[in-house]
Amino acid sequence: MADFYKNILERWQNISTHRFFWPVFFAAGLAFSIVASAFDILDLYLQLILIYVGINIILTVSLNLVNGYMGEFSIGHAGFMAIGAYTASLLTVNVFPAGALNYLFPLAIIAGGVAASVIGLIVAIPSFKTRGDYLAIVTLAFGMIVKSGLENIEVIGGPRGFLGMSKLTTLPWVFFWTVLSVWIIRNLVYSKFGRGVLSIREDEIASDLMSVNTRQVKIIAFVVSSFFAGVAGGLFAHALQFINPRMFDIIKSTDILIMVYLGGIASIAGSIIGAVIYTILLEILRPLGIWRMVLMPLMLVLLMIYRPRGIMGMREARFFVPLRDLLAAKLWKQKNKEAPDASA
Amino acid sequence: MPLLEMKNITHRFEGLCAVANFNFQLTQGELVGIIGPNGAGKTTVFNLITGVYRATEGSIFFNGDELVGKTPHQITKMGVARTFQNIRLFKELTVLDNVRTAYFGEATYSPLEALLHMGRYRREETKITERALELLSVFQLDNAASELAKNLPYGLQRKLEIARALATNPQLLLLDEPAAGMNPNEIKQLMDFIGWIRKTFRLTIILIEHQMRLVMGICERLVVLDFGATIAQGLPAEIKSNPKVLEAYLGEEAAK
Amino acid sequence: MTYILQQILNALQLGSIYALIALGYTMVYGILTMINFAHGDLFMVGAFFCFLIAVYLQLPFLPTLMLTMFGVACLGVLIERMAYKPLRAAPRVSAIITALGVGLFLENFTLALSPYPKNIPPLLADKTWMIGSVTISSLQIIIIALSVSLMLILDFIVQRTKAGMAMRAISWDKTIVPLMGVPVNKIISLTFAIGTGLGGAAGMMYGLAYPVIDPYMGIMVGWKAFISAVVGGIGNVRGAMIGGFILGTVEILVAAFFPSTYRDFVAFTLLLILLIFRPYGILGRPSPQKV
Repeated sequence: MADFYKNILERWQNISTHRFFWPVFFAAGLAFSIVASAFDILDLYLQLILIYVGINIILTVSLNLVNGYMGEFSIGHAGFMAIGAYTASLLTVNVFPAGALNYLFPLAIIAGGVAASVIGLIVAIPSFKTRGDYLAIVTLAFGMIVKSGLENIEVIGGPRGFLGMSKLTTLPWVFFWTVLSVWIIRNLVYSKFGRGVLSIREDEIASDLMSVNTRQVKIIAFVVSSFFAGVAGGLFAHALQFINPRMFDIIKSTDILIMVYLGGIASIAGSIIGAVIYTILLEILRPLGIWRMVLMPLMLVLLMIYRPRGIMGMREARFFVPLRDLLAAKLWKQKNKEAPDASA
Repeated sequence: MPLLEMKNITHRFEGLCAVANFNFQLTQGELVGIIGPNGAGKTTVFNLITGVYRATEGSIFFNGDELVGKTPHQITKMGVARTFQNIRLFKELTVLDNVRTAYFGEATYSPLEALLHMGRYRREETKITERALELLSVFQLDNAASELAKNLPYGLQRKLEIARALATNPQLLLLDEPAAGMNPNEIKQLMDFIGWIRKTFRLTIILIEHQMRLVMGICERLVVLDFGATIAQGLPAEIKSNPKVLEAYLGEEAAK
Repeated sequence: MTYILQQILNALQLGSIYALIALGYTMVYGILTMINFAHGDLFMVGAFFCFLIAVYLQLPFLPTLMLTMFGVACLGVLIERMAYKPLRAAPRVSAIITALGVGLFLENFTLALSPYPKNIPPLLADKTWMIGSVTISSLQIIIIALSVSLMLILDFIVQRTKAGMAMRAISWDKTIVPLMGVPVNKIISLTFAIGTGLGGAAGMMYGLAYPVIDPYMGIMVGWKAFISAVVGGIGNVRGAMIGGFILGTVEILVAAFFPSTYRDFVAFTLLLILLIFRPYGILGRPSPQKV
């Protein structure tokens, strides 16, 4: 029996590390989500939950880049999300012609991401000098400024919020953006910039002395992270069709933090697991009413005590690791065996 | 032209003078030791060369280029690499990634190419990975390539730190107390090892050390620091008999 | 002129509440280098304790204050023992996340038990005096006087007593001090007790000054107090007091000259600017990087 499972596991590993795994997975998932939403295979409630799962994965993976991989502590992720949400919504409601919205929607989402990443660039600057707690405060203050700034702009509804968006966020779009964000952040992590990000977490001074341009790396991490937070915000706004500044306050940021640290820091698989578990658990526990909100933080505390790095902390599922990295050491050994005098 | 020239370098921390009017010249291929009692300012000299601190006064030239005011990674890219007194590896990264991180300055692919895993990214990453493994195999660390650095035994961590420094392709290598925590036998091995990397990688080396045996054994020239000031310079044999040095440094040890 | 004097008085009142809460943040940070994000919610719990005592036991002011402080202090120590202590060796971030979790728990637990905002009955006969044309209420005087005296007592404890010396020693060095026979666990619990007790007192005073209390009241006030601690230089007891008064003053001034909705915006923007130019706060010192 144990052999049976081992066999399956090995097969899965072989399949999941195959070079066509990702393209096939992407095509199949996209096809499924298009079919599912077009022919009502999944009921609307289930679709909505899947949409939230996707959005939360984007938020979690992107925050994990800064908090898990880089080891900084950003508590203002909801602020970037808000900027993306408002930018995209303003574009689809006030700027883009109503007839072409379906085609221009991706553009609105990208614009939301770009707007958020421009702000991310500004938040990256204090990170040159300060780290840890003080950077946490900077991001916190930033989140608060965004929220109370939005509340004071009457044109976009002030504290009452902004509405009028069409329901443009569909399952296929969410799937597309989720896979894209996971893929791009995975790519970043397994590159020289990703190693720079990790080495900053481990020892910033040593990293700088090992030729890592720490400022450049920090800017890239913050910009990419906030870009995808903005994307998630845009998708969120067009799924809910209504936004107000309070949706993006510190509680939202805490939610994202919980997903990151539940799933596990510095792990893409962990981010996905964290986002999925948290989103679904919140839905399942809905009948508990307010007590669900009592239970969730309690679980978080227990998790931190017994598994402080989260479920996947610092580990990665094999199929997120590029083949080159997965096989590097193995191939090297083989090469040396074939030509034993090469290393001598 | 000297490889490294430090002219009238002074460095103060909030009024405390850590290095005072320090002058130093180094020619290509030399192996020079900096010795001195604890707190004499030896590591500060390394920090000034590598740009961790910015000298309060004076200038440092490397191959004729001014180093003061440059950032550490710029200086590393110009060909200065170092190790640390208390090992500073990237503990939670693998041995291979520790070394690959140090190729940051050499890889030329852009952030966009990295995000999409395209173009130069593929070519250069393959090259970097191969070269890192090659370097590790020279140090006989290739079998531990996928271990986390923190799980290596102490001696190998020291070795890995040197390997990581060499990955930046330096002309000048600064070793900060490489023999700390080693027994006489290991020190003997380390001496051979330093001599060997010096020849293999054609390095110029500055060495900070407390272990007299090591310093006297391999250094061609010594600089003695005390309270941030140079009190003697010269051949190991001369230093050994210099009364000032005996008083400030060796005298202390003899008294123990 | 009168208007400004009046506003200064308001600023002192708000500032002293911020300062009391900020002390809790700063003391815990000083001793554990951990930001206790649940502290704002302990402040809220303080207000609710006060409400319960005032409504059901109907005690006068001083016993209510004592009981509130004692209750919150016990809760603080309990949280420290159960949630934070197991994490002392863990990465610092997990402790911060745990604190955020504890805070959420306190908020939602209170909300589950008491879904509607509550009014704290007035515990003191409210008198007002006119000096010139400035109105001073007895409540204002009591809040300011009480806060200042609690702060002075704390300053005395930290600077002059043996326990205070142990606190300062632990915040200075965490490896050597335990070897010197300092009972680290006891001192840490004591720090939590004092810090959260002061937070509880602040909760009560806030509840008396702005009588409507609700389970989420601790979030904003808690963050503001945290900012005060940072502005003063986190880990520094006197800095926390100064920071509290500065933030109180800034907020009242902004509310006096702009629409009051700009208050948070300006407060946080000022914080950001300060952090860029003096990231270690007013009384804090930059910790030199060691290589």
